[in-house]
Amino acid sequence: MNRIPASEITPEWLYRQRRQFLRSTGALGLAAAALVACGAPAQPAMPAPTQPAVPAPRAAGTADERGDPLTDFDSVTNYNNFYEFSMDKEAVARASAGFVATPWQVTVDGLVRNPQTYAIEDLLGRFDQEERIYRLRCVEGWSMVIPWQGFPLHRLLAEAEPTAEAGYVRFTTLHDPERMPGQRDPWFTWPYVEGLRLDEARHDLTILATGLYGQTLLPQNGAPLRLVVPWKYGFKSIKSIVRIELTAAQPTSLWMASAPHEYGFYANVNPDVAHPRWSQATERRIGELSRRETLPFNGYAADVASLYAGMDLRANY
Amino acid sequence: MRRSDGLIHVLALAPLVWIVFDQLTGQRSINPIQTWTQRSGFSALALLLASLACTPANRIAGVRRAAAWRRPLGLYGFGYALIHVLIFVVIDYAADGSAIMAELAEKRYLIVGALAFAILIPLALTSTAAWQRRLGRQWRRMHRMVYLAVPLAVVHQIWQAKSDIRLAVLFALVTGLVLLMRLPPTTGARRR
Repeated sequence: MNRIPASEITPEWLYRQRRQFLRSTGALGLAAAALVACGAPAQPAMPAPTQPAVPAPRAAGTADERGDPLTDFDSVTNYNNFYEFSMDKEAVARASAGFVATPWQVTVDGLVRNPQTYAIEDLLGRFDQEERIYRLRCVEGWSMVIPWQGFPLHRLLAEAEPTAEAGYVRFTTLHDPERMPGQRDPWFTWPYVEGLRLDEARHDLTILATGLYGQTLLPQNGAPLRLVVPWKYGFKSIKSIVRIELTAAQPTSLWMASAPHEYGFYANVNPDVAHPRWSQATERRIGELSRRETLPFNGYAADVASLYAGMDLRANY
Repeated sequence: MRRSDGLIHVLALAPLVWIVFDQLTGQRSINPIQTWTQRSGFSALALLLASLACTPANRIAGVRRAAAWRRPLGLYGFGYALIHVLIFVVIDYAADGSAIMAELAEKRYLIVGALAFAILIPLALTSTAAWQRRLGRQWRRMHRMVYLAVPLAVVHQIWQAKSDIRLAVLFALVTGLVLLMRLPPTTGARRR
Protein backbone atom coordinates (compact mmCIF):
# COMPACT_ATOMS: atom_id res chain seq x y z
CA MET A 1 0.00 0.00 0.00
CA ASN A 2 1.38 3.39 -0.95
CA ARG A 3 1.36 6.19 1.55
CA ILE A 4 0.11 9.55 0.49
CA PRO A 5 2.68 12.17 1.47
CA ALA A 6 1.21 15.01 3.49
CA SER A 7 2.29 17.38 0.73
CA GLU A 8 -0.17 15.73 -1.61
CA ILE A 9 -3.18 16.06 0.60
CA THR A 10 -5.35 18.87 -0.69
CA PRO A 11 -5.33 21.88 1.61
CA GLU A 12 -8.71 22.82 2.99
CA TRP A 13 -8.96 26.20 1.21
CA LEU A 14 -8.22 24.61 -2.14
CA TYR A 15 -10.82 21.98 -1.76
CA ARG A 16 -13.44 24.49 -0.76
CA GLN A 17 -12.56 26.48 -3.81
CA ARG A 18 -13.25 23.35 -5.82
CA ARG A 19 -16.73 23.09 -4.31
CA GLN A 20 -17.34 26.67 -5.29
CA PHE A 21 -16.15 25.95 -8.81
CA LEU A 22 -18.50 22.99 -9.03
CA ARG A 23 -21.36 25.11 -7.80
CA SER A 24 -20.75 27.86 -10.30
CA THR A 25 -20.43 25.44 -13.20
CA GLY A 26 -23.58 23.73 -12.00
CA ALA A 27 -25.37 27.08 -12.21
CA LEU A 28 -24.01 27.59 -15.70
CA GLY A 29 -25.33 24.19 -16.69
CA LEU A 30 -28.77 25.08 -15.39
CA ALA A 31 -28.72 28.36 -17.27
CA ALA A 32 -27.73 26.53 -20.44
CA ALA A 33 -30.51 24.03 -19.90
CA ALA A 34 -33.00 26.86 -19.46
CA LEU A 35 -31.84 28.40 -22.73
CA VAL A 36 -32.31 25.13 -24.55
CA ALA A 37 -35.73 24.72 -22.99
CA CYS A 38 -36.76 28.14 -24.23
CA GLY A 39 -35.83 27.16 -27.74
CA ALA A 40 -32.95 29.61 -27.96
CA PRO A 41 -30.07 28.53 -30.18
CA ALA A 42 -27.24 26.79 -28.39
CA GLN A 43 -24.48 29.22 -27.46
CA PRO A 44 -21.14 27.52 -27.45
CA ALA A 45 -19.54 30.95 -27.26
CA MET A 46 -20.37 31.18 -23.53
CA PRO A 47 -17.02 31.83 -21.85
CA ALA A 48 -15.70 28.82 -19.99
CA PRO A 49 -14.77 29.55 -16.36
CA THR A 50 -11.10 29.24 -15.61
CA GLN A 51 -10.51 26.20 -13.53
CA PRO A 52 -8.62 26.79 -10.29
CA ALA A 53 -5.48 24.76 -9.83
CA VAL A 54 -6.99 21.81 -8.00
CA PRO A 55 -4.99 18.61 -8.16
CA ALA A 56 -6.78 16.09 -10.31
CA PRO A 57 -8.24 13.19 -8.38
CA ARG A 58 -5.78 10.35 -8.52
CA ALA A 59 -5.02 7.10 -6.85
CA ALA A 60 -1.81 5.13 -6.59
CA GLY A 61 -3.55 1.99 -7.76
CA THR A 62 -5.87 1.55 -10.72
CA ALA A 63 -7.73 -1.62 -9.75
CA ASP A 64 -8.64 -3.76 -6.75
CA GLU A 65 -6.83 -7.02 -5.96
CA ARG A 66 -9.24 -8.91 -8.22
CA GLY A 67 -8.34 -6.69 -11.15
CA ASP A 68 -11.59 -4.72 -11.16
CA PRO A 69 -10.98 -1.10 -12.22
CA LEU A 70 -11.70 1.85 -9.94
CA THR A 71 -15.12 3.48 -10.18
CA ASP A 72 -14.61 6.97 -11.60
CA PHE A 73 -14.26 9.90 -9.19
CA ASP A 74 -17.44 11.64 -10.37
CA SER A 75 -19.58 8.60 -9.64
CA VAL A 76 -17.98 8.04 -6.24
CA THR A 77 -18.62 11.67 -5.29
CA ASN A 78 -22.08 12.07 -6.86
CA TYR A 79 -23.90 8.87 -5.93
CA ASN A 80 -24.15 8.75 -2.16
CA ASN A 81 -26.49 7.34 0.42
CA PHE A 82 -26.32 10.01 3.10
CA TYR A 83 -29.83 10.72 4.40
CA GLU A 84 -28.47 13.46 6.66
CA PHE A 85 -28.36 15.58 3.51
CA SER A 86 -30.82 14.06 1.06
CA MET A 87 -32.62 10.80 0.42
CA ASP A 88 -31.84 11.19 -3.28
CA LYS A 89 -28.42 9.65 -3.90
CA GLU A 90 -27.73 12.01 -6.77
CA ALA A 91 -28.71 15.10 -4.77
CA VAL A 92 -26.43 14.51 -1.76
CA ALA A 93 -23.34 16.11 -3.34
CA ARG A 94 -25.14 19.40 -3.91
CA ALA A 95 -27.06 19.31 -0.64
CA SER A 96 -23.84 18.79 1.31
CA ALA A 97 -21.65 21.21 -0.66
CA GLY A 98 -21.69 23.86 2.06
CA PHE A 99 -20.92 21.47 4.90
CA VAL A 100 -17.77 22.59 6.70
CA ALA A 101 -16.05 19.68 8.40
CA THR A 102 -13.52 21.71 10.40
CA PRO A 103 -13.06 22.09 13.27
CA TRP A 104 -13.98 18.50 14.05
CA GLN A 105 -13.53 16.40 17.14
CA VAL A 106 -13.85 12.69 17.63
CA THR A 107 -14.29 11.22 21.10
CA VAL A 108 -13.11 7.70 21.90
CA ASP A 109 -14.63 6.59 25.18
CA GLY A 110 -16.68 3.95 26.95
CA LEU A 111 -14.94 0.80 28.16
CA VAL A 112 -11.39 2.03 27.53
CA ARG A 113 -8.44 2.85 29.75
CA ASN A 114 -7.54 5.99 27.82
CA PRO A 115 -10.62 7.90 26.77
CA GLN A 116 -9.59 10.73 24.50
CA THR A 117 -10.94 13.43 22.25
CA TYR A 118 -9.00 14.01 19.06
CA ALA A 119 -9.15 16.90 16.65
CA ILE A 120 -9.26 15.61 13.09
CA GLU A 121 -5.81 17.10 12.46
CA ASP A 122 -4.45 15.03 15.36
CA LEU A 123 -5.72 11.85 13.75
CA LEU A 124 -4.21 12.82 10.41
CA GLY A 125 -0.88 13.60 12.02
CA ARG A 126 -0.73 10.71 14.45
CA PHE A 127 -1.65 7.87 12.12
CA ASP A 128 0.03 7.35 8.76
CA GLN A 129 -2.51 7.53 5.99
CA GLU A 130 -2.41 4.75 3.45
CA GLU A 131 -4.37 3.96 0.32
CA ARG A 132 -6.77 1.01 0.41
CA ILE A 133 -8.67 0.03 -2.70
CA TYR A 134 -11.89 -1.63 -1.59
CA ARG A 135 -15.11 -2.80 -3.17
CA LEU A 136 -18.17 -1.10 -1.68
CA ARG A 137 -21.35 -3.18 -1.94
CA CYS A 138 -24.54 -1.31 -1.11
CA VAL A 139 -27.48 -3.30 0.22
CA GLU A 140 -29.47 -1.71 -2.63
CA GLY A 141 -27.70 -3.92 -5.13
CA TRP A 142 -25.08 -1.58 -6.57
CA SER A 143 -21.34 -1.50 -6.00
CA MET A 144 -18.20 0.54 -6.60
CA VAL A 145 -14.42 0.15 -6.31
CA ILE A 146 -13.01 3.05 -4.29
CA PRO A 147 -9.44 4.10 -3.49
CA TRP A 148 -9.68 5.29 0.10
CA GLN A 149 -7.04 6.92 2.23
CA GLY A 150 -7.12 6.28 5.89
CA PHE A 151 -5.71 4.17 8.66
CA PRO A 152 -6.70 0.90 10.33
CA LEU A 153 -9.16 1.39 13.16
CA HIS A 154 -7.15 -1.02 15.33
CA ARG A 155 -4.40 1.54 15.64
CA LEU A 156 -6.77 4.03 17.22
CA LEU A 157 -8.29 1.33 19.41
CA ALA A 158 -4.81 0.31 20.58
CA GLU A 159 -4.28 3.86 21.88
CA ALA A 160 -7.60 3.78 23.68
CA GLU A 161 -6.90 0.36 25.22
CA PRO A 162 -10.30 -1.31 25.46
CA THR A 163 -10.91 -3.00 28.81
CA ALA A 164 -11.66 -6.71 29.17
CA GLU A 165 -15.41 -5.98 29.35
CA ALA A 166 -15.47 -4.24 25.98
CA GLY A 167 -17.06 -6.46 23.34
CA TYR A 168 -18.42 -3.99 20.81
CA VAL A 169 -17.72 -0.63 19.24
CA ARG A 170 -20.50 1.87 18.77
CA PHE A 171 -20.04 4.67 16.22
CA THR A 172 -22.11 7.85 16.09
CA THR A 173 -22.49 10.43 13.32
CA LEU A 174 -22.61 14.14 14.06
CA HIS A 175 -26.08 15.21 15.17
CA ASP A 176 -26.57 18.77 14.01
CA PRO A 177 -29.76 19.45 12.02
CA GLU A 178 -28.50 22.97 11.25
CA ARG A 179 -25.60 21.52 9.28
CA MET A 180 -27.23 18.26 8.31
CA PRO A 181 -30.76 19.32 7.28
CA GLY A 182 -31.88 15.75 6.60
CA GLN A 183 -31.84 15.25 10.36
CA ARG A 184 -34.91 17.48 10.63
CA ASP A 185 -36.88 14.62 9.12
CA PRO A 186 -38.54 12.86 12.06
CA TRP A 187 -39.01 9.66 10.04
CA PHE A 188 -35.66 8.36 11.32
CA THR A 189 -34.25 8.28 14.83
CA TRP A 190 -31.17 10.48 14.59
CA PRO A 191 -28.27 10.42 14.97
CA TYR A 192 -27.04 7.63 12.74
CA VAL A 193 -25.47 4.87 14.81
CA GLU A 194 -23.55 1.80 13.71
CA GLY A 195 -21.70 -0.93 15.50
CA LEU A 196 -19.08 -3.62 15.11
CA ARG A 197 -18.00 -6.52 17.24
CA LEU A 198 -14.61 -5.68 18.74
CA ASP A 199 -12.81 -8.37 16.71
CA GLU A 200 -14.38 -6.99 13.53
CA ALA A 201 -13.31 -3.49 14.51
CA ARG A 202 -9.77 -4.74 15.14
CA HIS A 203 -9.51 -6.53 11.81
CA ASP A 204 -6.87 -4.98 9.60
CA LEU A 205 -9.32 -4.51 6.71
CA THR A 206 -11.42 -2.17 8.86
CA ILE A 207 -10.26 1.41 8.34
CA LEU A 208 -11.19 4.93 9.28
CA ALA A 209 -11.10 6.82 5.98
CA THR A 210 -10.08 10.46 5.71
CA GLY A 211 -9.93 10.77 1.94
CA LEU A 212 -10.43 9.14 -1.41
CA TYR A 213 -8.76 9.44 -4.78
CA GLY A 214 -5.89 11.31 -3.15
CA GLN A 215 -8.15 14.11 -1.93
CA THR A 216 -9.54 15.05 1.44
CA LEU A 217 -12.89 13.36 2.01
CA LEU A 218 -15.75 15.43 0.57
CA PRO A 219 -18.88 16.01 2.68
CA GLN A 220 -20.98 13.62 0.58
CA ASN A 221 -18.54 10.80 1.30
CA GLY A 222 -18.58 11.35 5.07
CA ALA A 223 -16.09 14.13 5.77
CA PRO A 224 -13.93 14.32 7.67
CA LEU A 225 -13.85 10.79 9.06
CA ARG A 226 -15.81 7.68 8.17
CA LEU A 227 -15.66 3.99 8.74
CA VAL A 228 -15.01 1.56 5.87
CA VAL A 229 -15.73 -2.13 6.46
CA PRO A 230 -15.45 -3.63 2.99
CA TRP A 231 -16.98 -7.06 3.67
CA LYS A 232 -20.22 -5.58 5.00
CA TYR A 233 -23.04 -3.74 3.24
CA GLY A 234 -22.29 -0.07 2.73
CA PHE A 235 -24.64 1.21 5.43
CA LYS A 236 -22.30 -0.23 8.08
CA SER A 237 -19.61 2.20 6.95
CA ILE A 238 -20.90 5.12 8.99
CA LYS A 239 -20.00 8.66 7.90
CA SER A 240 -18.93 11.87 9.66
CA ILE A 241 -18.11 10.14 12.93
CA VAL A 242 -17.95 12.16 16.17
CA ARG A 243 -17.91 9.37 18.71
CA ILE A 244 -16.41 5.90 18.99
CA GLU A 245 -17.59 4.19 22.14
CA LEU A 246 -16.53 0.78 23.44
CA THR A 247 -19.46 -1.12 24.93
CA ALA A 248 -20.27 -4.45 26.54
CA ALA A 249 -23.67 -4.80 24.89
CA GLN A 250 -24.30 -5.09 21.17
CA PRO A 251 -25.18 -1.64 19.83
CA THR A 252 -28.45 -1.10 17.98
CA SER A 253 -27.87 0.67 14.69
CA LEU A 254 -30.27 3.15 13.13
CA TRP A 255 -31.23 0.64 10.45
CA MET A 256 -31.70 -2.21 12.95
CA ALA A 257 -34.12 0.00 14.86
CA SER A 258 -35.83 1.23 11.70
CA ALA A 259 -36.38 -2.12 9.94
CA PRO A 260 -35.24 -5.04 12.14
CA HIS A 261 -36.34 -7.78 9.74
CA GLU A 262 -34.34 -6.30 6.91
CA TYR A 263 -31.16 -5.15 8.59
CA GLY A 264 -29.31 -7.17 11.17
CA PHE A 265 -26.32 -6.23 13.28
CA TYR A 266 -23.78 -8.11 11.17
CA ALA A 267 -24.89 -7.10 7.66
CA ASN A 268 -22.12 -9.12 6.06
CA VAL A 269 -22.39 -9.17 2.27
CA ASN A 270 -24.04 -12.54 1.71
CA PRO A 271 -25.58 -13.67 -1.60
CA ASP A 272 -27.37 -16.49 0.25
CA VAL A 273 -29.44 -14.23 2.50
CA ALA A 274 -32.23 -12.66 0.49
CA HIS A 275 -33.54 -9.16 1.04
CA PRO A 276 -37.24 -8.36 0.42
CA ARG A 277 -36.38 -5.77 -2.23
CA TRP A 278 -32.96 -5.91 -3.77
CA SER A 279 -31.13 -8.87 -5.22
CA GLN A 280 -28.30 -9.92 -2.96
CA ALA A 281 -27.30 -12.71 -5.34
CA THR A 282 -26.24 -10.21 -7.99
CA GLU A 283 -25.21 -6.58 -8.10
CA ARG A 284 -24.63 -3.82 -10.60
CA ARG A 285 -21.18 -2.28 -10.57
CA ILE A 286 -21.66 1.42 -11.20
CA GLY A 287 -20.63 2.12 -14.80
CA GLU A 288 -21.44 -1.37 -16.00
CA LEU A 289 -24.56 -2.54 -17.82
CA SER A 290 -24.81 -6.19 -16.84
CA ARG A 291 -25.11 -7.61 -13.35
CA ARG A 292 -22.31 -9.41 -11.54
CA GLU A 293 -22.51 -12.25 -9.07
CA THR A 294 -22.22 -10.96 -5.52
CA LEU A 295 -19.36 -12.63 -3.66
CA PRO A 296 -19.64 -13.94 -0.09
CA PHE A 297 -18.19 -11.31 2.25
CA ASN A 298 -17.91 -9.08 -0.85
CA GLY A 299 -14.87 -11.08 -1.98
CA TYR A 300 -13.01 -10.82 1.35
CA ALA A 301 -14.02 -14.26 2.65
CA ALA A 302 -10.41 -15.47 2.84
CA ASP A 303 -9.63 -12.61 5.23
CA VAL A 304 -12.75 -12.48 7.37
CA ALA A 305 -14.80 -15.69 7.18
CA SER A 306 -12.92 -17.06 10.20
CA LEU A 307 -14.41 -14.27 12.35
CA TYR A 308 -17.76 -16.01 12.00
CA ALA A 309 -16.71 -19.66 12.40
CA GLY A 310 -19.56 -21.71 13.80
CA MET A 311 -22.12 -18.92 13.41
CA ASP A 312 -25.34 -19.35 11.46
CA LEU A 313 -24.99 -16.44 9.05
CA ARG A 314 -28.57 -16.83 7.86
CA ALA A 315 -29.82 -16.17 11.39
CA ASN A 316 -27.13 -13.53 12.05
CA TYR A 317 -27.71 -11.46 8.90
CA MET B 1 -60.39 17.42 -29.76
CA ARG B 2 -60.35 20.19 -27.25
CA ARG B 3 -57.38 22.02 -25.85
CA SER B 4 -57.79 20.22 -22.51
CA ASP B 5 -57.47 16.90 -24.34
CA GLY B 6 -54.15 18.01 -25.77
CA LEU B 7 -52.99 18.93 -22.30
CA ILE B 8 -53.59 15.35 -21.19
CA HIS B 9 -51.19 14.10 -23.85
CA VAL B 10 -48.58 16.69 -22.95
CA LEU B 11 -48.79 15.77 -19.26
CA ALA B 12 -48.65 12.07 -19.97
CA LEU B 13 -45.63 12.38 -22.24
CA ALA B 14 -43.73 14.72 -19.90
CA PRO B 15 -41.90 11.95 -17.99
CA LEU B 16 -40.66 10.48 -21.28
CA VAL B 17 -39.58 13.90 -22.53
CA TRP B 18 -37.80 14.46 -19.20
CA ILE B 19 -35.74 11.28 -19.61
CA VAL B 20 -34.84 12.15 -23.22
CA PHE B 21 -33.98 15.72 -22.19
CA ASP B 22 -31.68 14.42 -19.44
CA GLN B 23 -29.92 12.19 -21.94
CA LEU B 24 -29.47 14.99 -24.46
CA THR B 25 -28.20 17.53 -21.92
CA GLY B 26 -25.74 15.08 -20.44
CA GLN B 27 -27.57 14.85 -17.10
CA ARG B 28 -27.33 11.09 -17.17
CA SER B 29 -27.96 9.26 -13.98
CA ILE B 30 -25.02 7.49 -12.40
CA ASN B 31 -27.19 4.40 -11.99
CA PRO B 32 -29.42 4.91 -15.05
CA ILE B 33 -31.16 1.54 -15.04
CA GLN B 34 -32.41 2.09 -11.51
CA THR B 35 -33.42 5.67 -12.26
CA TRP B 36 -35.37 4.71 -15.38
CA THR B 37 -37.03 1.83 -13.54
CA GLN B 38 -38.15 4.13 -10.75
CA ARG B 39 -39.30 6.95 -13.00
CA SER B 40 -41.26 4.69 -15.35
CA GLY B 41 -42.91 2.90 -12.43
CA PHE B 42 -43.83 6.16 -10.77
CA SER B 43 -45.26 7.54 -14.03
CA ALA B 44 -47.25 4.37 -14.68
CA LEU B 45 -48.92 4.49 -11.29
CA ALA B 46 -49.53 8.25 -11.36
CA LEU B 47 -51.23 8.01 -14.78
CA LEU B 48 -53.31 4.98 -13.81
CA LEU B 49 -54.50 6.90 -10.75
CA ALA B 50 -55.26 9.92 -12.92
CA SER B 51 -57.28 7.65 -15.17
CA LEU B 52 -59.22 6.31 -12.19
CA ALA B 53 -59.83 9.87 -11.00
CA CYS B 54 -61.66 10.75 -14.22
CA THR B 55 -64.93 9.09 -13.28
CA PRO B 56 -65.28 10.88 -9.92
CA ALA B 57 -64.14 14.10 -11.60
CA ASN B 58 -66.96 13.70 -14.07
CA ARG B 59 -69.72 12.50 -11.76
CA ILE B 60 -68.91 14.36 -8.58
CA ALA B 61 -66.92 17.42 -9.59
CA GLY B 62 -68.85 17.88 -12.78
CA VAL B 63 -65.84 17.90 -15.09
CA ARG B 64 -67.75 16.34 -17.94
CA ARG B 65 -64.84 16.24 -20.31
CA ALA B 66 -62.93 13.98 -17.89
CA ALA B 67 -64.84 10.97 -19.18
CA ALA B 68 -62.91 11.32 -22.43
CA TRP B 69 -59.55 11.36 -20.62
CA ARG B 70 -60.02 8.06 -18.87
CA ARG B 71 -58.95 5.87 -21.76
CA PRO B 72 -55.86 7.81 -22.93
CA LEU B 73 -54.61 8.22 -19.36
CA GLY B 74 -55.09 4.52 -18.69
CA LEU B 75 -53.29 3.60 -21.88
CA TYR B 76 -50.40 5.95 -21.13
CA GLY B 77 -50.22 4.39 -17.66
CA PHE B 78 -50.02 0.97 -19.26
CA GLY B 79 -47.37 2.26 -21.66
CA TYR B 80 -45.13 3.35 -18.80
CA ALA B 81 -45.81 0.06 -17.01
CA LEU B 82 -44.69 -1.74 -20.18
CA ILE B 83 -41.51 0.35 -20.33
CA HIS B 84 -41.00 -0.36 -16.61
CA VAL B 85 -41.29 -4.13 -17.12
CA LEU B 86 -39.14 -4.09 -20.26
CA ILE B 87 -36.35 -2.21 -18.47
CA PHE B 88 -36.46 -4.77 -15.65
CA VAL B 89 -36.57 -7.83 -17.89
CA VAL B 90 -34.46 -6.83 -20.89
CA ILE B 91 -31.95 -4.31 -19.54
CA ASP B 92 -31.66 -4.97 -15.80
CA TYR B 93 -31.78 -8.77 -15.98
CA ALA B 94 -30.64 -9.13 -19.63
CA ALA B 95 -33.69 -11.35 -20.28
CA ASP B 96 -32.15 -14.03 -18.06
CA GLY B 97 -35.25 -16.11 -17.41
CA SER B 98 -33.87 -18.18 -14.57
CA ALA B 99 -32.51 -15.15 -12.70
CA ILE B 100 -35.83 -13.35 -13.10
CA MET B 101 -37.80 -16.37 -11.90
CA ALA B 102 -35.47 -16.71 -8.91
CA GLU B 103 -36.12 -13.07 -7.98
CA LEU B 104 -39.85 -13.44 -8.58
CA ALA B 105 -40.05 -16.49 -6.36
CA GLU B 106 -38.24 -14.71 -3.56
CA LYS B 107 -39.67 -11.19 -3.54
CA ARG B 108 -43.26 -10.40 -2.71
CA TYR B 109 -43.08 -6.90 -4.19
CA LEU B 110 -42.22 -8.44 -7.57
CA ILE B 111 -45.06 -10.94 -7.37
CA VAL B 112 -47.73 -8.29 -6.80
CA GLY B 113 -46.14 -6.03 -9.41
CA ALA B 114 -46.13 -8.81 -12.00
CA LEU B 115 -49.76 -9.63 -11.15
CA ALA B 116 -50.79 -6.02 -11.60
CA PHE B 117 -49.07 -5.88 -14.98
CA ALA B 118 -50.56 -9.21 -16.10
CA ILE B 119 -54.04 -7.88 -15.36
CA LEU B 120 -53.38 -4.69 -17.30
CA ILE B 121 -52.31 -6.47 -20.52
CA PRO B 122 -55.75 -7.74 -21.63
CA LEU B 123 -57.33 -4.46 -20.54
CA ALA B 124 -54.96 -2.47 -22.73
CA LEU B 125 -55.46 -4.84 -25.67
CA THR B 126 -59.26 -4.57 -25.47
CA SER B 127 -59.33 -0.83 -24.90
CA THR B 128 -60.44 0.02 -28.44
CA ALA B 129 -63.99 0.96 -29.37
CA ALA B 130 -64.14 -2.10 -31.62
CA TRP B 131 -63.40 -4.43 -28.73
CA GLN B 132 -65.81 -2.51 -26.55
CA ARG B 133 -68.61 -3.18 -29.08
CA ARG B 134 -67.57 -6.76 -29.57
CA LEU B 135 -67.52 -7.61 -25.87
CA GLY B 136 -70.66 -5.65 -25.00
CA ARG B 137 -71.64 -6.08 -21.37
CA GLN B 138 -68.62 -8.33 -20.75
CA TRP B 139 -66.29 -5.42 -21.56
CA ARG B 140 -67.45 -3.40 -18.59
CA ARG B 141 -67.19 -6.36 -16.26
CA MET B 142 -63.73 -7.22 -17.57
CA HIS B 143 -62.41 -3.69 -17.24
CA ARG B 144 -63.39 -3.56 -13.57
CA MET B 145 -60.24 -5.65 -13.10
CA VAL B 146 -58.37 -2.35 -13.07
CA TYR B 147 -59.78 -1.84 -9.55
CA LEU B 148 -57.64 -4.83 -8.57
CA ALA B 149 -54.60 -4.03 -10.73
CA VAL B 150 -54.05 -0.51 -9.39
CA PRO B 151 -54.20 -1.46 -5.68
CA LEU B 152 -51.76 -4.30 -6.45
CA ALA B 153 -49.44 -1.79 -8.10
CA VAL B 154 -49.73 0.42 -5.01
CA VAL B 155 -48.80 -2.52 -2.76
CA HIS B 156 -45.87 -3.15 -5.12
CA GLN B 157 -44.76 0.45 -4.58
CA ILE B 158 -45.13 0.22 -0.79
CA TRP B 159 -43.15 -3.02 -0.59
CA GLN B 160 -40.32 -1.77 -2.78
CA ALA B 161 -39.86 1.44 -0.76
CA LYS B 162 -36.83 1.55 1.52
CA SER B 163 -38.20 2.27 4.97
CA ASP B 164 -39.61 5.64 3.94
CA ILE B 165 -43.05 4.68 2.60
CA ARG B 166 -44.59 8.14 2.81
CA LEU B 167 -44.96 8.67 -0.94
CA ALA B 168 -46.31 5.16 -1.39
CA VAL B 169 -48.85 5.72 1.38
CA LEU B 170 -49.96 8.92 -0.34
CA PHE B 171 -50.57 6.91 -3.52
CA ALA B 172 -52.50 4.35 -1.48
CA LEU B 173 -54.69 7.08 0.03
CA VAL B 174 -55.43 8.58 -3.38
CA THR B 175 -56.26 5.12 -4.72
CA GLY B 176 -58.62 4.47 -1.83
CA LEU B 177 -60.24 7.85 -2.38
CA VAL B 178 -60.86 7.49 -6.12
CA LEU B 179 -62.21 3.98 -5.62
CA LEU B 180 -64.48 5.04 -2.74
CA MET B 181 -65.86 7.87 -4.82
CA ARG B 182 -67.31 5.28 -7.19
CA LEU B 183 -69.59 3.84 -4.53
CA PRO B 184 -73.31 4.66 -4.87
CA PRO B 185 -73.59 7.05 -1.87
CA THR B 186 -71.09 9.44 -3.44
CA THR B 187 -72.50 9.21 -6.94
CA GLY B 188 -76.14 9.61 -6.00
CA ALA B 189 -76.71 5.90 -6.66
CA ARG B 190 -77.18 6.55 -10.33
CA ARG B 191 -77.05 3.16 -11.95
CA ARG B 192 -76.18 2.99 -15.55
